[in-house]
Amino acid sequence: MGRYVIRRLLQMIPVFFGTTLLIFLMVNVMGDPIAGLCGDRQCDPATAAQLRSEFGLDKPVWQQYATYMGNVFTGDFGTAFNGQKVTELMGTAFPITIRLTIVAIVFEVVIGITLGVITGLRRGRPVDTTVLILTLVVISIPTFVTGLLLQLLLGVEWGVIKPSVSPEAPFNELLVPGLVLASVSLAYVTRLTRTSIAENASADYVRTATAKGLPRRRVVLRHLLRNSLIPVVTFIGTDVGALMGGAIVTERIFNIHGVGYQLYQGILRQNSQTVVGFVTVLVLVFLAANLIVDLLYAVLDPRIRYA
Amino acid sequence: MRGATQAKWAACAVAVALAATACGGGDSGGGGGADGVVSSSWGDPQNPLEPANTNEVQGGKVLDMIFRGLKRYDPKTGAAIDMLAEKIDTKDSQNFTITVKDGWTFSNGEKITAKSFVDAWNYGALLKNNQKNAYFFGYIDGYDKVHPESGSATANTLAGLKLVNDRTFTVKLTQKFSLWPDTLGYPAFAPLPKAFFTDHAAWVSKPIGNGPYTIDKYTKGSSMNLRRWDQYPGDDKAQNGGIDLKVYTDNNTAYTDVLAGNLDLVDDVPASQLKNVKADLGARYINTPAGIIQTLAFPFYDKKWDTPGGIKVRQGLSMAINRDQITSQIFQKTRTPASDWTSPVLGVDGGFKEGLCGAPCEYNAASAKKLIQEGGGIPGGQLKITYNGDTGSHKEWVDAVCNSINKVLGNNKACVGAPVGTFADFRSQVSQQKLTGAWRAGWQMDYPLIQNFLQPLYYTDASSNDGKWSNKAFDGLVDRANAESDRAKAVSTFQDAERVLVEQMPVIPLWYQNGSAGYSERISDVSLNQFSVPVYEQIKVK
Repeated sequence: MGRYVIRRLLQMIPVFFGTTLLIFLMVNVMGDPIAGLCGDRQCDPATAAQLRSEFGLDKPVWQQYATYMGNVFTGDFGTAFNGQKVTELMGTAFPITIRLTIVAIVFEVVIGITLGVITGLRRGRPVDTTVLILTLVVISIPTFVTGLLLQLLLGVEWGVIKPSVSPEAPFNELLVPGLVLASVSLAYVTRLTRTSIAENASADYVRTATAKGLPRRRVVLRHLLRNSLIPVVTFIGTDVGALMGGAIVTERIFNIHGVGYQLYQGILRQNSQTVVGFVTVLVLVFLAANLIVDLLYAVLDPRIRYA
Repeated sequence: MRGATQAKWAACAVAVALAATACGGGDSGGGGGADGVVSSSWGDPQNPLEPANTNEVQGGKVLDMIFRGLKRYDPKTGAAIDMLAEKIDTKDSQNFTITVKDGWTFSNGEKITAKSFVDAWNYGALLKNNQKNAYFFGYIDGYDKVHPESGSATANTLAGLKLVNDRTFTVKLTQKFSLWPDTLGYPAFAPLPKAFFTDHAAWVSKPIGNGPYTIDKYTKGSSMNLRRWDQYPGDDKAQNGGIDLKVYTDNNTAYTDVLAGNLDLVDDVPASQLKNVKADLGARYINTPAGIIQTLAFPFYDKKWDTPGGIKVRQGLSMAINRDQITSQIFQKTRTPASDWTSPVLGVDGGFKEGLCGAPCEYNAASAKKLIQEGGGIPGGQLKITYNGDTGSHKEWVDAVCNSINKVLGNNKACVGAPVGTFADFRSQVSQQKLTGAWRAGWQMDYPLIQNFLQPLYYTDASSNDGKWSNKAFDGLVDRANAESDRAKAVSTFQDAERVLVEQMPVIPLWYQNGSAGYSERISDVSLNQFSVPVYEQIKVK
């Protein structure tokens, strides 16, 4: 197990450098960010030149990348155009997005897996058909439609929630946005669990366990569910990263000042320091989530760790 | 039925979740009446909050609340009225003596003297301080020393600024500029307290000014709480207890919050809501002119466009655009068709003259087609209008303008839109003269003066003359207008200069932009000034 972990960690290094370099190049290709700082007029050349040298934009791209990476390893992610440290922005944005992601994942796990187990065990029954149709509906409606609709109904028409989340973004205000963010993945989790459970429900080991006279609850939870969870865990694991990076739409609708919002602002203002910094952290999150998924595999099915 | 119980569990979890969210819905808005606090939408300022470094509306809003300068633009008429200035004297329109009123202090108790202004202006002009509005000090003698076009500064202070005594200082300009005192209402000219220079980082994280409000709490990127400053000596005291500015990721959300009673004021009604806004808010929707004009600009650095026949082509293109139809159908009348190169907020005395452009700015399909053909057709055979696709729904109107031109010319490919991904990229292409076709241009005035709508944009090599248009007659008239000591004469000479634009059509005026706002039933007396910023201090809480 130890060697397996080390091998996986070493694999992460080239992926990390490759992705950050790509992002760096992409942001740089977009052109000169200083031009946008002065609004609909031209910055005067002297100030523009000075700003460029302050942000290191007057150097060749490879040198910018090298300096940037060097700084990153000392914990310095540079400064955003409004004079704030990028680490400061991260310090406010990531906790909020992490809370939002936790809410979303909990919804996925609790509702998704529960519904999946129920439908998987009752294939073809009305419950199954209803849930299948519902998940299809959820998958086919874009997130921003669900988000705006819930915001309008719950926030304006019925007044159950505030339409926007306050800057502190406590857990209770994030429940509806979290549900919206989770909705599509939740439907997939339901469907994945259902298929997996249905497949395994007639497996020999389940029959054996039932034949031994184990209570049905134990058969389902310990034997059937554990073996059926591998594809679901893979999905949820990779979804952690996707949810954090993909929260742009949800965060915009509900006014959540998280990672998605900062990234959006960074891209709009072509602020490479912000964009590259946030993406670098997101890449790390992706890699870590994937690592955890792989390790969980090994726990769920010992055969995998030797492969 | 175990399954059923589990389903019930899930349903309960959701119900609890919703109920819990509802519990979080308490309002922190405070009481009503004179001490009531108004909540208002805000955007994250792009630059650090310093008077000479703020060039966009969001930061400008805050400066307008916490600073008062020598002059202030009357929110109704736009006239520059004395605020901290006791008098501004000049004999030759070039040397000015400014006396500062007695009895004003910053909110930290520091007395405001002539030095508070001189230090602030020197700071704003000095190259090494990276102030994006440094060019405002460009008229003051010695600017080229503290802010050279290249290389480093050879002086630290403006030679044209001299302290006379505690309350008086003199300003020497590089040229005659009779309307110069009227520019002093711009926030870049605000006085700064000593704390700004001694502990700059602390000041930026919580600015101290001399306006009707003080900053109580500032969380960068998310909110700012401003409270009424009770010792404020001016006569435009705040009529409410304070303003809570909240950053919104999207103005649609801010608008929704106003509908839900969760926010008092949204000062930019999103385009997608314009159709519903009257039904939603009724009289609580404001739509008034702002000092913004939108135009189509052309590249005169490209030989194709700088031809004698080009004039007819540009006039023809201008006549091919159906401004009335576009402003009412696409903008729901939040823009007004332009008939000169200034803005209605200047007023007739200030130089706005409706219809100055005359026939060349009116839709006339037949003459349009004729003029374009006489001028030799569109250079390159096709007009490409470049715009940025990320903000401001420019795609819709550019497509409409092209559609209008194509219909007139009976050619579906005569005009096309050319989107650019981001505003920054768009601006960098414009400023590096990479564009070979037309592009969308916009001008938001710095101060309500006709000079500001003409000189920076069309004077030879002026700072925002992106198309590099140059005309001796125009330049001469602007110089004459600036030297004119009589205000009315100056304004009419500027209008003469504007008539050169009619003949030459270096840019096509499209429409004047309005400012829009919507507010809740909790507040009243809401209005927008000429910069489309709410006049916060006048808002009353019921």
